[in-house]
Amino acid sequence: MKYLDAFRAKEPLHTILSRITALPSNPLSIMEVCGTHTVSIARFGLRSLLPSHIRLISGPGCPVCVTAQGDIDLVIMLAREGGGHKKCIIATFGDMMRVPGSDSSLMQEKARGADVRMVYSPADALAMAAENPDAEVVFFAVGFETTSPTIAATILRARQANIGNFSIISNHKLIPPAMHVLLEDTTTAIDGFLCPGHVSAIIGIKPYQTIVERYRKGCVVSGFEPLDIVISTYRLMLQIQEGVPRAEIEYSRVVQAEGNAKALELLSRVFDVTDARWRGFGVIPRSGLTLKDAYARYDAVKKFDLTAPEVPDPRACQCGQVLKGIIAPPECPLFANTCTPEEPAGACMVSSEGTCATYYKYEQRTPSN
Amino acid sequence: MDDYILLANGNGGKFTSRLIQSCFLPYLKDPALLRLNDQAIVDVEGCRVAFTTDSFVVHPLFFPGGDIGKLAVCGTVNDLAVGGATPLYLSAGFIIEEGFSQQELRKISASLSAAAADAGVRIVTADTKVVEKGACDKLFINTSGIGVISRGVDLGPHRVRPGDAIILSGYLGDHGIAILSSRKGIEFDTSIISDCAPLNLLVNDMLHHAHAITAMRDPTRGGLGTLLNEIARQSGTGITIHEERLPVREEVQGICEILGLDPLYLPNEGRLVAFVEPTHADSVLAAMKNNPLGRDAGIIGETTEKPAGTVIMKTRVGGSRMIDMLVAEDLPRIC
Repeated sequence: MKYLDAFRAKEPLHTILSRITALPSNPLSIMEVCGTHTVSIARFGLRSLLPSHIRLISGPGCPVCVTAQGDIDLVIMLAREGGGHKKCIIATFGDMMRVPGSDSSLMQEKARGADVRMVYSPADALAMAAENPDAEVVFFAVGFETTSPTIAATILRARQANIGNFSIISNHKLIPPAMHVLLEDTTTAIDGFLCPGHVSAIIGIKPYQTIVERYRKGCVVSGFEPLDIVISTYRLMLQIQEGVPRAEIEYSRVVQAEGNAKALELLSRVFDVTDARWRGFGVIPRSGLTLKDAYARYDAVKKFDLTAPEVPDPRACQCGQVLKGIIAPPECPLFANTCTPEEPAGACMVSSEGTCATYYKYEQRTPSN
Repeated sequence: MDDYILLANGNGGKFTSRLIQSCFLPYLKDPALLRLNDQAIVDVEGCRVAFTTDSFVVHPLFFPGGDIGKLAVCGTVNDLAVGGATPLYLSAGFIIEEGFSQQELRKISASLSAAAADAGVRIVTADTKVVEKGACDKLFINTSGIGVISRGVDLGPHRVRPGDAIILSGYLGDHGIAILSSRKGIEFDTSIISDCAPLNLLVNDMLHHAHAITAMRDPTRGGLGTLLNEIARQSGTGITIHEERLPVREEVQGICEILGLDPLYLPNEGRLVAFVEPTHADSVLAAMKNNPLGRDAGIIGETTEKPAGTVIMKTRVGGSRMIDMLVAEDLPRIC
């Protein structure tokens, strides 16, 4: 923690803030595409410290939030009916339990008697399968490039230990394709990206170089502490002032330009890159991960012959606009009215790293100063 | 809202208050209950009596720094103490699952008895029920307690005024982390032990300044964040706290970072928060610091005129943000 304290100290942060204030005050919109950044910005009150011409907007950085309604409904259906299996345990991360499907949530199915359990890691779900040989354990897997290597490792371990009663529903997604979609979209206004620290630790900086070349927007891979975020914002502003967009790494204590070769190898060994449906975005080509045929026995969708129903995103809810950074959560008419963390209308209000939940928790009534 | 009770309905935060609003308050309408304080204060033959009850379902039964027996005494004693009462008599009700170990039960009884002796209260009545396997998990304990309140002691949100100093008696979150560290599935090695302690021993020393103390509560389920919101709403004042003044052990902070928890919402079982008139804040703080249970006490913030009913935190880096009540943290059975 002593190490972290250095990145949470007041003085160096205010030095950078004064440099930011000294730069020209053209309006700028900088998007973070990682839920952990979204929370850090709000939790440390960084918006209240930055000058008002800098808008920090949140993108599709929360894996729970971008999971499509149909994919949630599929798992709820499985929890309810057990996929024809006598005893079916659904294991998933805590936040997934509360995401509303079309007419229920996993938490509600649990209260009605379905066996839904919260786990902290896919390894816990695999251990659960080993301990419950008479049950089928289905892990509802969501996450970006940070989480997917651990799932890949779990699948390999399941095969090695010959655990047959374990399978996953993979909703793993890739961040860079979503960034491309955001920049192609003419309704968005993004001047640069704060790129996700942990995702980038896996994928490295190359995918952002493509973005810089194609769209001429700066990308700075940022850490999660207040000083990281303010320095990264400053670096993006310098790039914009110089008119030379670049892909840079601020979070160099963790991220290397080439990424994590071992994790990338693990991913390509276990997963195929496929098209995937995102909440608010629709289908994004080559943006999802599906288990390769060699691992089909661990793919619950194939194992139980499941099909995700085609369900549109809930109509009144503007999660899509929020996920693209087109509106801030308080601009959604449902925000804090009919959509609250206790009774969320959309996924963004559920996850602890969801944009709406974060605004509701930390920024709803914060006075601007 | 769904008809089924959710686990989150027991978390001490917003979901719990919704359950209370929808299932209990329409039927249980006694004015003493409707004050929704940790204890009821009633007049008995001209004597002011504080009365409270609490059930303990903590899992696991034994944890670093305590067990369900000690917790069952401290929890009830503390609910009386923060109302300004001197706790006197406790009852204990045991709901035991078929198959539970007698040896463990004896150990828990001994701990219950030792905790009562430490707190200076007497357990004067008890009850036992055994249910079939699966109908409860090992052992649940309910304790109720009564205490007396001196004339002139009147604590509660109704007395909180803008400008009151907010004093927290010690480190945040130790109990929550101690319980989590012994949970199956997330076991980790830690030197953190529960802060579980009878707060009447501390409150005794504070009551010399009773006139200057406007309200007291203990931040159990829902943590400090929820407690401050309750006081802000019930008193109609705003609250500002300062992140750099919040005492959180380095190890607790580190575990919170890893597990994605916020020390503001972790439960405590031996901490209290006192709202004190500003001119007496230093003397109340000095009295607390002289007591082992208040050694690490400090002023963490103050009440304000505006924004009414809202809790704001000045962050360590100089920013400001709101603090909401706990909504749905997934830490069931923490007490």
